[in-house]
Amino acid sequence: MNLTVNIGKLKLKNPVMTASGTFGYGEEYSEFVDLNKLGAVVVKGLSLLPREGNPPPRIVETPAGMLNAIGLQNIGIENFIREKLSFLRQFDTSVIVNFFGDSIDEYAKAAERLSAVDGIHGLEMNISCPNKEADWRIFGTDPKGTFEVVSAVRKVTDLTLIVKLSPNVTDIALMAKVAEDAGADAVSLINTITGMAIDIKTKRPRLGNITGGLSGPAIKPIAVRMVYETFRAVKIPVIGMGGIMNSSDAIEFLLAGATAVAVGTANFINPSATNDIIKGIESFMAENNITDLNELTGGIKSPQIEMEASGAE
Amino acid sequence: MSKYIRAKITENTPVNKGHNLLVLSSDNIQQHPLPGQFYMIGTDFSYDPLLKRPFSIFRETSSAEGGELQFLYRIKGKGTERMKEMKKGDTVNLFGPLGNGYPMPGKNFTPVLIAGGIGIASLFPLAEKLSGNIHFFYGARTSGELLMLNELKGLVKKELIISADDGSEGRKGTVVDALNVFLTSNPQLLTSNFLLYACGPSPMLEAVSKFAAEKGIKGYISMEENMACGVGACLGCAVKTKKGYKRVCKEGPVFEIGEIVW
Repeated sequence: MNLTVNIGKLKLKNPVMTASGTFGYGEEYSEFVDLNKLGAVVVKGLSLLPREGNPPPRIVETPAGMLNAIGLQNIGIENFIREKLSFLRQFDTSVIVNFFGDSIDEYAKAAERLSAVDGIHGLEMNISCPNKEADWRIFGTDPKGTFEVVSAVRKVTDLTLIVKLSPNVTDIALMAKVAEDAGADAVSLINTITGMAIDIKTKRPRLGNITGGLSGPAIKPIAVRMVYETFRAVKIPVIGMGGIMNSSDAIEFLLAGATAVAVGTANFINPSATNDIIKGIESFMAENNITDLNELTGGIKSPQIEMEASGAE
Repeated sequence: MSKYIRAKITENTPVNKGHNLLVLSSDNIQQHPLPGQFYMIGTDFSYDPLLKRPFSIFRETSSAEGGELQFLYRIKGKGTERMKEMKKGDTVNLFGPLGNGYPMPGKNFTPVLIAGGIGIASLFPLAEKLSGNIHFFYGARTSGELLMLNELKGLVKKELIISADDGSEGRKGTVVDALNVFLTSNPQLLTSNFLLYACGPSPMLEAVSKFAAEKGIKGYISMEENMACGVGACLGCAVKTKKGYKRVCKEGPVFEIGEIVW
C-alpha cells in the first residue's frame, strides 16, 4: 500500500500534516503523537523578530467551530533555530516552517535565513492570516501583491515553497494560479475565515481583537469547495485543510483534489488526531482495495464534471 | 507519556445547586496529578460544544478497577450543561494532568488558602496534601455557591473563615475583607513566612493580588482563561504578565502573585 505523496521536492511518507498554529513547534504534542508517523510537521508561523500577539480573550468557541485571534505570537526565527529545531531534527518526518513578514523585504529575508539551516525541509508562506493590520492583506487578497511577494521569496530559496491561501477572497483559484505563476511548488488552503462573536449580555466582542479566524468543522464544506476549485485551476499540488476531524474528512479533501491534508483544530479536541487519521486512511484503502493513495486525489465522480472535462456541451 | 483516554463515569451527582461532583475511573490513568493541575474533558464526539473544557483535579483515589479521578464543577455553559446530563456508565474523553500545579510551601511557611466559589475545586487537594495545617478563607456571592463546607470543617486545623458577599453564610463581605480583618487582629502572622494560595473568579484574584501587593505578601494564584488545546500549542489562553504573555495551560495555571498584569 503506497501512502507517499510528493509536494515539490518533498516526498512525504503519508499525506497527513499538521496545520500551522495548531501544533506549536511539535514538542507540545510529542507526548500524544508519534511525530515519526506524520507526513510533515508544520510549525507555528514565525517572523524575523518575536511577536507578542493580541490581548486576551484570544479564542472563543462557536457552533461546531472556534474563533481565534492569537495575533501571530511567536518566538522569532532565531529563537526557533536555537531552541526548537534540534528537537524536531530527532524525528524522521518532514519539517515545514510557516513564516510571514510585514513587507516583501521581510518575507525574503525570513525565507533566506530559514533556507540556510539544516533540518528545515520546506517553507510555507503565510500570506493569509486574518489577524493582521489592513495593509498587510494585500499579499493574500490582491493578485498583484501575491505575485510580487511569492516571486521575491522564490528567488531566495530552493526549498519546497508552499503558499498558504486566504479564503477571504472572491476567487481562490485565481489566487492559486497567481502563486503558481510566481513559482510556488504547492498551495495550501484554507486558512481561517474572518468572523466575530458578540456577548449579548455585555454587548462586548468576545475576542480581544474584535474579529478573528473561524476554524473547525463549521468551515469544512467551504474548504472542500475551494480545494475542488483550486485543483482544477493549477498543476501544482494542493494541500487541503479546514475542519478535518477524522479520516473520512481527510479522504473527502483528497477526492476534491488535495494531494495532502493538514489537521488543525482537531488536535485540540483529540491530541492524537493526526495519528488516528493516518490509521483511518490506511483502513479505508485496505477496505476499498486502493493500493496507491494518489488514486484518490481529484477522484470525485460526477457526470457533470466528466462532461465538462471532455469538453462536451 | 500522556495519553488521550476514555474513562467511565462512576458518579455524577449534585453537591449543591448548580454544582456537581464527577467521578471517573479508568485503568489507563497513569500519572498522579498534583494539586492545582487540570484535565481537559469532553463529553462526547459531537461538534457542539466542540472544544474540551479544563477542569481542576479535586481528588484522586484508587479503586479495584484502577485510578479514579474526581472533579467538582459548576454548571455554567454549554459544555457543563451537557456534562450534567451524563449518567453513571457513560464515557468521557480526557487527557492530563496538565499545567504546573501549586508549588509546595517550605517547612517554615504559614500557608493561607483563599478560595472563591468553585475555586475550592483546585485548592481542596492542596489543603489535603498539607494535612489541613493551613488557614483557609472561603467565600462566595451567596451561601448556595459554598461547597464542601463539612469536609473543610473536618480538614482545616487552623482558622477556617467562611464568608458570603450577601451575608447568607458566615461573615458578610468578600474573602479579601475577611482576610483583612483577620490580619488586623493577628498582625504577628504578617511575617515573611506568610504564603498565600488563591483560586477563584478573576475579580477576586485581582482584589487578592492588590491586597497582597499592599501588604507585601508572597504567594500564588491560579488563573482561568478560555482554552482550546490545553498543552501550550495554540497560545489561546494567554494572560498578560510582567514578562509578556504567558500561557495559562503551560506556564500556569498557577502564577506568582504579582506576576499578572491586571
